[in-house]
Amino acid sequence: MAERVSVRKTHKLYIGGAFPRSESGRTFEALDAKGRFVANMAHASRKDARDAVRAARAAFAGWSGRTPYNRGQVLYRIAEVMEDRRDQFVEQVRAAEGLTAKQGATVVAAAVDRVVWYAGWADKYTQVLGNANAVSAPFFNLSSPEPTGVVAVLAPQDSLLGLVSTVLPAIATGNTVVVVSSREHPIAAVTLAEVMATSDLPGGVVNVLTGRADEIGPWLASHLDVNGIDLVGTDLDLATELEVAAAENLKRVLRPTDDDWAVEPTLTRLAQWTETKTVWHPIGV
Amino acid sequence: MTIGTNEGRRGEESLRSLLGGLPGVDQVGLEARAAALGTRSIKTTSKQWAIDLAISMVDLTTLEGSDTPGKVRALANKAMRPDPTDPTCPPAAAVCVYPDMVAVAREALGAGTGSAGGVQIASVATAFPSGRAALDIKLADTRNAVADGADEIDMVIDRGAFLRGDLALVFEEIVATREACGRPDGTRAHLKVILETGELQTYDSVRRASWLAMHAGADFIKTSTGKIQPAATAPVTLLMLEAVRDFRLETGRQVGVKPAGGIRTSKDAIKYLVMVNETLGDDWLDPDWFRFGASSLLNDLLLQRQKMTTGHYSGPDYVTLD
Amino acid sequence: MTSTRSAFEYAPAPESRSIVDIKSSYGLFVGGEFVDGSGTSFTTINPATEEVLAEIAEATPADVDRAVAAARTAHTRVWSKLPGSERAKYLYRIARIMAERSREFAVLESLDNGKPIKESRDVDVPLVSQWFFYYAGWADKLSYAGLGPDPKSLGVAGQIIPWNFPIMMLAWKIAPALAAGNTVVLKPAETTSLTALLFAEVCQQADLPAGVVNIVTGAGPTGQALVEHPDIDKVAFTGSTAVGRAIARSVAGSRKKVTLELGGKAANIVFDDAPLDQAVEGIVSGIFFNQGHVCCAGSRLLVQENVYEEVLERLKRRMSTLRLGDPLDKNTDIGAINSAEQLARITELSAVGDAEGAERWSAPCELPDSGFWFAPTIFTGVTQAHRIAREEIFGPVLSVLTFRTPSEAIEKANNTPYGLSAGVWTEKGSRILAMAARLRAGVVWANTFNQFDPASPFGGYKESGYGREGGKHGLAAYLEGSPS
Repeated sequence: MAERVSVRKTHKLYIGGAFPRSESGRTFEALDAKGRFVANMAHASRKDARDAVRAARAAFAGWSGRTPYNRGQVLYRIAEVMEDRRDQFVEQVRAAEGLTAKQGATVVAAAVDRVVWYAGWADKYTQVLGNANAVSAPFFNLSSPEPTGVVAVLAPQDSLLGLVSTVLPAIATGNTVVVVSSREHPIAAVTLAEVMATSDLPGGVVNVLTGRADEIGPWLASHLDVNGIDLVGTDLDLATELEVAAAENLKRVLRPTDDDWAVEPTLTRLAQWTETKTVWHPIGV
Repeated sequence: MTIGTNEGRRGEESLRSLLGGLPGVDQVGLEARAAALGTRSIKTTSKQWAIDLAISMVDLTTLEGSDTPGKVRALANKAMRPDPTDPTCPPAAAVCVYPDMVAVAREALGAGTGSAGGVQIASVATAFPSGRAALDIKLADTRNAVADGADEIDMVIDRGAFLRGDLALVFEEIVATREACGRPDGTRAHLKVILETGELQTYDSVRRASWLAMHAGADFIKTSTGKIQPAATAPVTLLMLEAVRDFRLETGRQVGVKPAGGIRTSKDAIKYLVMVNETLGDDWLDPDWFRFGASSLLNDLLLQRQKMTTGHYSGPDYVTLD
Repeated sequence: MTSTRSAFEYAPAPESRSIVDIKSSYGLFVGGEFVDGSGTSFTTINPATEEVLAEIAEATPADVDRAVAAARTAHTRVWSKLPGSERAKYLYRIARIMAERSREFAVLESLDNGKPIKESRDVDVPLVSQWFFYYAGWADKLSYAGLGPDPKSLGVAGQIIPWNFPIMMLAWKIAPALAAGNTVVLKPAETTSLTALLFAEVCQQADLPAGVVNIVTGAGPTGQALVEHPDIDKVAFTGSTAVGRAIARSVAGSRKKVTLELGGKAANIVFDDAPLDQAVEGIVSGIFFNQGHVCCAGSRLLVQENVYEEVLERLKRRMSTLRLGDPLDKNTDIGAINSAEQLARITELSAVGDAEGAERWSAPCELPDSGFWFAPTIFTGVTQAHRIAREEIFGPVLSVLTFRTPSEAIEKANNTPYGLSAGVWTEKGSRILAMAARLRAGVVWANTFNQFDPASPFGGYKESGYGREGGKHGLAAYLEGSPS
């Protein structure tokens, strides 16, 4: 009896809660760690990036207006659904990152745990990053971190763990995200998008573009309706070019770092995508 | 403009909505503005002018249980001739005494004073300072003072009634007292309404009480009896100045303001005049529209006046102690 | 200003300028010494009289290089090795000296800047002393800054400050930098260098180790040389968004951390239930404080339509009592515009307001014959489509708009590329909190305006810049491990 012919998946973009193909009609090949063909990926264009920013902006008021507890629950739900798809993720990161079964399992477990970690921060970072200010006049004075807005993330090139470690802090703090996945190993990002689509995360909060950071990045960096950009997945030349472009509207820029994603993060990324808002009010009867 | 009584008996409900519609007062902002006005620097000719104006606005006051005819006579003479060595020194606006001393003051001030001009006689009335007596007693107190020759009546509102929300009672007592100020010849003594702001506590209440008193026909609104702390303060006076300003804009009727109690120095008095100047302007820079209820203030004004005239500092032995 | 009143004219009450000793020319302050610049010099004038006050050295890139080298040496050899508790004592000394010499600083500031002595004396200079006192106390408590145990200083900070609050901005920059263990090279604005140079004397009086504070004077090119210098670790800039943008570009790809405090076009929102007298004061201080030369000025007044007439009437009446004139007169409310250039910009944008059909009203006042002056002015009938509702005028010019509902107020308030500050006036507490939550601005003043305190973080959203000054956040901006 002939072996069953498998049904292959079409890997698409994730924009505004939907899974469109690239408007450009282009695709590119995703390869495994040994350079073998895995799948054709949608090759996002500048117009896809534009659409993704529009979707992220549209989602911002609703997402940032959720209660912190609710945001935490939604993020935790992402971890639950990821856990459900562990085998799929392990297979994908093994192929993409060339890991052993054990290493793959470790990375995926760490990624799920990282999501849980950030889910727990959603209703706590305000206390850690905010302040009651003892001003020397009769005023109630409080500083609290508020979401910056729409954040573009040029994801780390080699790691599912890096992907969740850069996207989650942005959404935990109420921002909405446009993420450009790893060029070489984009499949886990698409799987993560599918997880998000089925995890109570409102459409548009995270938008996933597969494609080239050097092609889409400049459009995101210069986009006036993007408030921040994480350049972690870019090389120094591209990062510098994008930082220059980002200055046009004074985007908050996170330069490339050599983070070890396996280590528990600091609060840098949570703080990076928040604006400290200070409210004054007189104290009187 | 017909005043006061044509407002008639206002219903509780209409008073409530009238006063409830007033804008709120932010304590910190009000106090900051009063403090800022206090930093105005008044020098030389302006200061001389301001000191003479302040002297002419003083309601020279004695309101003690120990008051005697002798004390009141001395006060009356001081009011007429604050600085006996200097005929250019203006007289005070009025003497302010208890009702039983009005006749003494009238005699001491002699003819040519009172409504006709010169030093006025103001009498506290309506069971001053607490106001805790039956209305007919308060009115009798008022009539008695007027009959004895008072030109002005300084009444107290029923703070208890105000605080418990019986605005109609407060309103009606003011209307009734105003009627009791009437004289047989059809004229009437001017009515100053003391809010006792130190007991009202909040600026919102002071603003509402000011409007209530003005609608009820007050000729003046006055901060305090002087018997309760805090008495007059710069912010509470500023607030009342804003109230008379807005009241005139709304009704066309001008009402005077009298801060009383706690104003002891020339420097303070000038700060109050600056507040009047910048909030109300010339129309109120007149003893007919602004008074200081004070006793020791007058001597400090005189010391400053002497300093400006002679160029050197004076001392307490050079002003009269009555 | 000619008052509409006649009976009570305040006689002039000028503060004596004899307390300050202005030299005919000034060099740079590098390595603890005043040194000659290697380039040309420029004059600084009193904007109220156009009288020349002094010649100021224009620092060249070589001068900047010397200053950065001095700062680096001081950081490496002295300041970074000093225990925090010892650094603190120097900052406390500076705080005390600033208080002792406050009158001198206030007079000099008003002479060089044109701001009323009332403000330099009661706001700017007292805040300077308080700022140093506040950050002095942080110097030995860096482990509590939220960045983990024993955070490290960044190194050398290049700091560029504007002309609107010269000595106050100096304190905002230098105090946290030094507390965190950095050394600094500071460039004051070219029209207002004098108080920074006097501050250099304070550093000497305090025996601050040489090179910890260096002051280089000059204009844009000097600032550019400082920003682009390869050996600085941090750029802190307060000024225009255009220059901030250029700085953000020039540091791209470097290790330099950046704090930017830029422009604004703040909405000051007045609801119908506001405490109106205080709101009017807040509107006045919001736009006329410091002649409106304030990045967080409440330059867009949004009034609820049902109280528009009343608010406008009260505002005009209040504006008529503002006294414009000699900055050294203690009774002056509105001083001189800082420069001819700034006056030209205010004049030009106001003309645009006229041309676009907005209705101009200025408080009646006589402008002095010499110097740079602009009467307190409001434009009514302004909409979001007017340039004067969008562009920062940085002068005593208020654009008045109206709104009907809270949502409309929020929409209009946030409809700007800026996001520095906002004001809300209402007696309803829950509305204040709802508005504060939805306003995209770094500082929200509810029932007050233009309040500043060293313990309170200040800084903007969007094109108003990034990073915060003041409080723990302002300290963290000078330590390793903070985001910006």
